[in-house]
Amino acid sequence: MSMQTDTAKDYFELFGLPVGFELDSELLALRYRELQQAVHPDRFAGGTDLERRLAVQQASRVNEGYRILRSPLARARYLLELWGVGLDDTNTISDPGFLMAQMELREALAEVRGSRDPFVALAAVRDDIERRDRILADELRSAFDDGSPEALARARACVLKMQFMHKLLDEVAILEEDLVHEG
Amino acid sequence: MALLQISEPGQSAAPHQHRLAAGIDLGTTNSLVATVRSGMAETLPDAEGNHLLPSVVRYLGGGSRVVGQEAKAEAARDPLNTIVSVKRFMGRGVNDVKSLGSRLPYEFVDAESRMPRLRTAGGDVSPVEVSAEILKSLRQRAESSLGGELTGVVITVPAYFDDAQRQATKDAAKLASLNVLRLLNEPTAAAVAYGLDGGSEGVIAVYDLGGGTFDISILRLNKGVFEVLATSGDSALGGDDMDRAVAEWIMGQAGIADDADHHQLRRLMRDACAAKETLTASDIAAIKLELADGSHWEGALSREQFDALVDPLIRKSLIPCRRALRDAGVDPNEIKDVVMVGGSTRVPRVRELVGEFFGRDPLVDIDPDKVVAIGAAMQADVLVGNKPDDQMLLLDVIPLSLGIETMGGLVEKIIPRNTTIPVARAQDFTTFKDGQTAMAVHVVQGERELVSDSRSLARFELRGIPAMTAGAARIRVTFQVDADGLLSVTAREQTTGVESSIQVKPSYGLSDNEIERMLRESMDHAREDMNARNLREQQVEADRVLDALQVALDADGEALLSAAERGELERAMDVVRQARQGSDHKAIKTALDALNKASSEFAARRMNASIQKALSGHALDEFN
Repeated sequence: MSMQTDTAKDYFELFGLPVGFELDSELLALRYRELQQAVHPDRFAGGTDLERRLAVQQASRVNEGYRILRSPLARARYLLELWGVGLDDTNTISDPGFLMAQMELREALAEVRGSRDPFVALAAVRDDIERRDRILADELRSAFDDGSPEALARARACVLKMQFMHKLLDEVAILEEDLVHEG
Repeated sequence: MALLQISEPGQSAAPHQHRLAAGIDLGTTNSLVATVRSGMAETLPDAEGNHLLPSVVRYLGGGSRVVGQEAKAEAARDPLNTIVSVKRFMGRGVNDVKSLGSRLPYEFVDAESRMPRLRTAGGDVSPVEVSAEILKSLRQRAESSLGGELTGVVITVPAYFDDAQRQATKDAAKLASLNVLRLLNEPTAAAVAYGLDGGSEGVIAVYDLGGGTFDISILRLNKGVFEVLATSGDSALGGDDMDRAVAEWIMGQAGIADDADHHQLRRLMRDACAAKETLTASDIAAIKLELADGSHWEGALSREQFDALVDPLIRKSLIPCRRALRDAGVDPNEIKDVVMVGGSTRVPRVRELVGEFFGRDPLVDIDPDKVVAIGAAMQADVLVGNKPDDQMLLLDVIPLSLGIETMGGLVEKIIPRNTTIPVARAQDFTTFKDGQTAMAVHVVQGERELVSDSRSLARFELRGIPAMTAGAARIRVTFQVDADGLLSVTAREQTTGVESSIQVKPSYGLSDNEIERMLRESMDHAREDMNARNLREQQVEADRVLDALQVALDADGEALLSAAERGELERAMDVVRQARQGSDHKAIKTALDALNKASSEFAARRMNASIQKALSGHALDEFN
């Protein structure tokens, strides 16, 4: 028999939760703490090297599962993958309204550095992105709620848009870091 | 022992044995050691009753050295041989150290080694060796006070320490012959000290302003689990900077030239620090100095003047506070408590501005100098197995993003900062040229986009990639960060399975050979035999493994193993027992390796069973 821990389980199964987009976040957090209580390397501080290595692997997997299930975007991506409607490199956004909004946000971000108070300007851009992201998250929820193949295609489009928003938020963070460093 | 927690209550086989464990706060300015005795965590004093050990080592001729108060007392007289604040140099390269300030009074050896070495009367020493001296002194204090050898220690590090700095700390512990159970982030340790006493739940902030570093951590406490949500900080900001600001003010007032000598600078820093301390309780501090020409200068620094000098430094600390709150996704008004850590939080202006920022009075009940060591001692007590029913669990995060260099000197982040550890994450890369057979992997840490702005952790090469057209190879780089925040990296070409892996030995770290040599040298010094040490180490390891396996067998052997499997495992244990009786450390090692292999399936089944149990236990609770 080969040494094998249950890495074949999907994350929903690992956390003992039903597969689906709707998720009881308090229950998720509770299960997360319980699983870490069972597998964290600190529980094996006196154990053998092997046990500690296994514990590091398992605790890493529990952490990764928690990260994915906790975030609506990561959870949606993961679900679509599980259901075989995952995203690949060829997916693009063809919604003209969204493409326009995307350009405007980029421009606003590019203008931050030249504005009178860059930190205030940056905060405004961030607020705007976060507001749009919340609206997309609501759309995503209702698409998963529906569950028809067409709705799942909509969910996939939402995921693409939200990924773009999150990339922009990363850029906001980098710009902020740069502004801080520039004093 | 932690394994006991999986067995049913009352079924633990091994009679409960109290093990000696300690928490060590290896600080920039002062260090402490604490332990749990009769259920109470307390710091241990030296023979004179001092709890704080100044983190100062003085090297004398002939291989002797003094540590602590005695060394500190001579710092002004003998600055070149007296190393203070060595924590600032840990895991740093020569150029980093030089950029810390042109006013450092040490002579650096321009060695070929990437690690800076300081020239002293006792020879050239690395920061790791200096730190090891401090750790040895604390170990001796603990062992003489507790009357036995320490089974393990928890050593605290600033949450903001990068991989190189953590590795350097672990290397220092190795040189001091300490078994490190865990490197624990200082703010997490402080939260443990407060959280367990008060039994509080909710989100808390830990503001830690020490001598040389600043950390801010946001944690969620829930039923014994301390989950770090975000951490941030500044690894070059602390009370020393306040002293320097005051010293510069004095220099300006007293007309002391910038090129003052080492002795004078040391004295100035000492006077500045004294003035700062006076101003925690008084509104004005008198300053008297003797100038180089023998004349005297007298002046006074008021609280208002002092506040104006340090305000920019305190406000600098609020930038990471804002970042940590945002990363944690928490509003300042959701913070239930603010815990103050580090001697510099005694400065009234610090408490005032931090209180203003979070909108509540910070907690200062536990001595800010001792709180970290106390929390570390509590964690050590749990990890060493003295509290088998304790549910305390500390979930830390990595403070800085980890990534690798890609085309054009850009950083591709693989694990973003504030990811909970342990964590493993992989990313695929491909070749850039037709027929490319090797690939250089450059591991960096930091938040910036450019490699040149990031900290270089390590470089390694993956060779033997089969020649393919550009973009055809699939090279999967996997980062694994353990619970101490230490990174190992493997790279594997997916189509051929060519593999390359390294334990990240930081660019500014010590090689294993260097550590070995230093250990041997310190052995010679102590007239101990390297062989005896190796044997002792293997015996301790054998006892630990046998102990752990026996407990595991008693708890789960029946349920998880067939009679044949169990017999095989017990035979492998017997082999280890026999080897342990002998005096050949290599034979013990060989038997242990075999036992490890023989027990791997059992360990995997136990891990699965404990996951099942964690979930089913919960289902039962819900049902009831």
